[in-house]
Amino acid sequence: MGVEGIGASVLRKEDRRFTTGKGRYVDDIKLQGMTHAHFVRSPHGHAKVKGIDSSAALKMPGVVAVLTGQQIVDDKVGNLICGWAVHSKDGTPMKMGAWPAMAPEVVRFVGQAVAVVIAETKNQARDAAEAVQVDYEELPAVTNVKAAIAAGAPQLHPEAPNNIVYDWELGDQAATNDAFAKAANVVKMDLVNNRLAPNAMEPRAALAQYDEAEEHFTLYTTSQNPHVARLVLSAFYNIAPEHKLRVIAPDVGGGFGSKIFIYPEEMVALWASKKVNRPVKWTGDRTEAFLTDAHGRDHVSHAEMAFDKDNKILGLRVKTLANFGAYMSLFSSSVPTYLYATLLSGQYNIPAIYAEVMGVYTNTSPVDAYRGAGRPEASYLIERMMETSARQLKVDPAELRRKNFVTVFPHQTPVIMAYDIGDFNASLDAALKSVDYAGFPARKAKAKAEGKLRGIGFSCYIEACGIAPSKAVGSLGAGVGLWESAEIRVNPVGTIEVLTGSHSHGQGHETTFCQLVAERLGVPVSQVSVVHGDTDKVQFGMGTYGSRSLAVGGSAIVKALEKVEAKAKKIAAHQLEASESDIVIENGEFKVTGTDKSIALPMVALAAYTAHNLPDGMEPGLKESAFYDPSNFTFPAGTYICEIEVDPGTGKTEFVNFVAADDFGRLINPMIVEGQVHGGLTQGIGQALLEGAVYDGNGQLITASFMDYAMPRADDVPSYKLQHTTTLCPGNPLGVKGCGEAGAIGASAAVINAITDAIGNNSLEMPATPDRVWHAIRAGA
Amino acid sequence: MTAISLTVNGKVVSGNVEDRTLLVHFLRDHLNLTGTHVGCDTSQCGACVVHVDGRAVKSCTTLVGQVDGASVTTIEGLSQGDQLHPMQAAFRDNHGLQCGYCTPGMIMSAVDIVQRHGGKLDEATVRHELEGNICRCTGYHNIVKSVLDAAGRMSTAQAAE
Ligand code: FES
Ligand code: FES
Repeated sequence: MGVEGIGASVLRKEDRRFTTGKGRYVDDIKLQGMTHAHFVRSPHGHAKVKGIDSSAALKMPGVVAVLTGQQIVDDKVGNLICGWAVHSKDGTPMKMGAWPAMAPEVVRFVGQAVAVVIAETKNQARDAAEAVQVDYEELPAVTNVKAAIAAGAPQLHPEAPNNIVYDWELGDQAATNDAFAKAANVVKMDLVNNRLAPNAMEPRAALAQYDEAEEHFTLYTTSQNPHVARLVLSAFYNIAPEHKLRVIAPDVGGGFGSKIFIYPEEMVALWASKKVNRPVKWTGDRTEAFLTDAHGRDHVSHAEMAFDKDNKILGLRVKTLANFGAYMSLFSSSVPTYLYATLLSGQYNIPAIYAEVMGVYTNTSPVDAYRGAGRPEASYLIERMMETSARQLKVDPAELRRKNFVTVFPHQTPVIMAYDIGDFNASLDAALKSVDYAGFPARKAKAKAEGKLRGIGFSCYIEACGIAPSKAVGSLGAGVGLWESAEIRVNPVGTIEVLTGSHSHGQGHETTFCQLVAERLGVPVSQVSVVHGDTDKVQFGMGTYGSRSLAVGGSAIVKALEKVEAKAKKIAAHQLEASESDIVIENGEFKVTGTDKSIALPMVALAAYTAHNLPDGMEPGLKESAFYDPSNFTFPAGTYICEIEVDPGTGKTEFVNFVAADDFGRLINPMIVEGQVHGGLTQGIGQALLEGAVYDGNGQLITASFMDYAMPRADDVPSYKLQHTTTLCPGNPLGVKGCGEAGAIGASAAVINAITDAIGNNSLEMPATPDRVWHAIRAGA
Repeated sequence: MTAISLTVNGKVVSGNVEDRTLLVHFLRDHLNLTGTHVGCDTSQCGACVVHVDGRAVKSCTTLVGQVDGASVTTIEGLSQGDQLHPMQAAFRDNHGLQCGYCTPGMIMSAVDIVQRHGGKLDEATVRHELEGNICRCTGYHNIVKSVLDAAGRMSTAQAAE
């Protein structure tokens, strides 16, 4: 490794602008003649829109236009789409109702837009929006999945009888039933995976500009995948053909999945910018974020696990109700199916698995991928089951896991996934050692003497990342391929630009990707820059989610670098009058092995562009591109152990220790990897202890601000102890697996397992607030 | 409309603003100082923290009229030319930021925390004092490290003066 190459904790290049206030987020951008949009949103969970009277609003100062849902339908702007086709058990396609960008007839969740006011200033738009009179006829609403599928429940969409989008299955039901018939012990459990609001700190925003002369649109937007946004806006929403639409995602203040999707506000901003023929900016406020950003999780499950007399797992049965909210968001259908049930084997040998998932409409905000997307739900279920099983079977939770670990790779699970490599014992051992498991009983006894309840909880998670092999996801219903592209431009003076279809919104690509170049070509990181987030600069890309940027995007960069290196070596050999096979790269110099003859990369680059002396038939220039499509998912895995102390008088929990031992394959920048883990763990802990998006029966979100929705703050979480164990991923040239989601996937089960261990009552739902813990202590006593 | 005049990052600025104009909007929209961010509408997240006469203040909850005549420092005014403030440098050196959105407010709050506590800062105090600043990316681990690191650097710098 060089000082800036693979494995070096290089400080981030992007941090100078961020620490000095020079970041450039969408709301920071101002355009000549810019107007401001404010949406008129439904205050009801379910209602008919009987009429909209804009006359008073139109007379207010600064108002440019008031546009309604009917107009957007009349202008043939397409309805929002769901890009992954999932079929029910009986082979029928999923049943979806239409989702127009603004509702012309019926609103189905609080916050759904019915009209938009365009005005000269933000305040004028806001004032006028209050003057828009909407005549609603309230309809009965339903927000809970069980209530939504019950007889007589309010119906959301005529297309989806009983509010059921699909009734899906995975696995072999007969084989699983057989396994249960043979079981010595069966452990059963009901689990709720609480609904979360993603809450990236930068609210979503869109700034659209229409150029009449060129009939061309530009959209600045808070997106994790600007190319996908352009594709969808062009192909499905009829905004403009791709060559007439440029999408720019500049600095983006966090995403966590919520900025993957194309939302109504972006569509409306684009459409309105042409209608008023002026740039239109919309910046959401936090309440709008709570009401309209796609939420995450919200599963209600029943699980059963069968064991033989030696405590080996024989089978797993799972039945899950997944809340989709009022409309099917872009990737929503895949989250509780192919991103969830396919991971139900966990780190274990489970010969038979059968999972049923029913996707359900309710009068709540749409639900889609949020950090981990399906995999946290699977991991939580399996790891709560394992801990519960250990308690019921009266065996050590670590040993029960160890006994059932997959140890031979590759391993084909009964639920599609083929684990390529891993060493689950290694991460368990590392975590046990770090937490001093042997000393726990003594610590527990000491805490008890001090009047505190101490518990320890495990979570041995696995996830499928590096999303995703295109052919595989295509066969499962995905509407897109999930490869990535890269282009390496070596400029005539030897500086280098890396163009990537991945998008950085906190992950540090501007540094990590430069390290890949530094490693390969020996140039300093300062001579390399990363270009991303602009459809005019980068031809195409699939964006950043599913811990894919390095495993897929980074691999595309490596492939392009290979081509650059090959051509540069040819040029160097020609210039040095040596054989190509004798050229090696050392510290940015192309050397002839065994001699002192060398030529520096800038001179090779210059030769490529002057083209005065190139090998016969060689094209000038030094620029190569590559597309990389992975052959399999990657499988990051690890063990988290949480040690916690509960005050029985108040139900308040306090972290004593939180240990994470992860196997992410090769680490390119360990500092950045650790940062990703810290952030993920905190979101997992947030889910376990604090966070919950709660609707009342009428569809009012009663946690629609930071006053009511408890975000983890510095005081709520501990400092973490991180360990790394390593098995190199065989599926990609870097040997990397991805690290962005692990913490959020593994942490919540460890926390709940620890608290339930401490209080001696296994019935505890997330978020485990002091109130709930206090009641659970009393109920368990 | 109200006529106001204040000092921002050492420069006197004046203007006529709507009475309801918040300090954060004045900074962002009138002065183009977009380093100060808005992350919420309930005065909870701290993305908007600036210094008013040397004290950390949430600029989303302050009318610009309230700071007439005051001296305001924003994230853009913290460094001395190219020389990063020790807090800015510590955030970079300790990977105390990811997406950068909470960072300006975090740094402005953190400078205030160190100034109020002098060198006597420990992890628990930093975590408690950061209660008004939300970060969704970092999990706070490295932010706490950054603040403690900067506290050391700032007291050394003070001692050298
Ligand atoms: S924007 Fe000021 S506290 Fe959130
Ligand atoms: S760095 Fe993204 S919110 Fe703090």
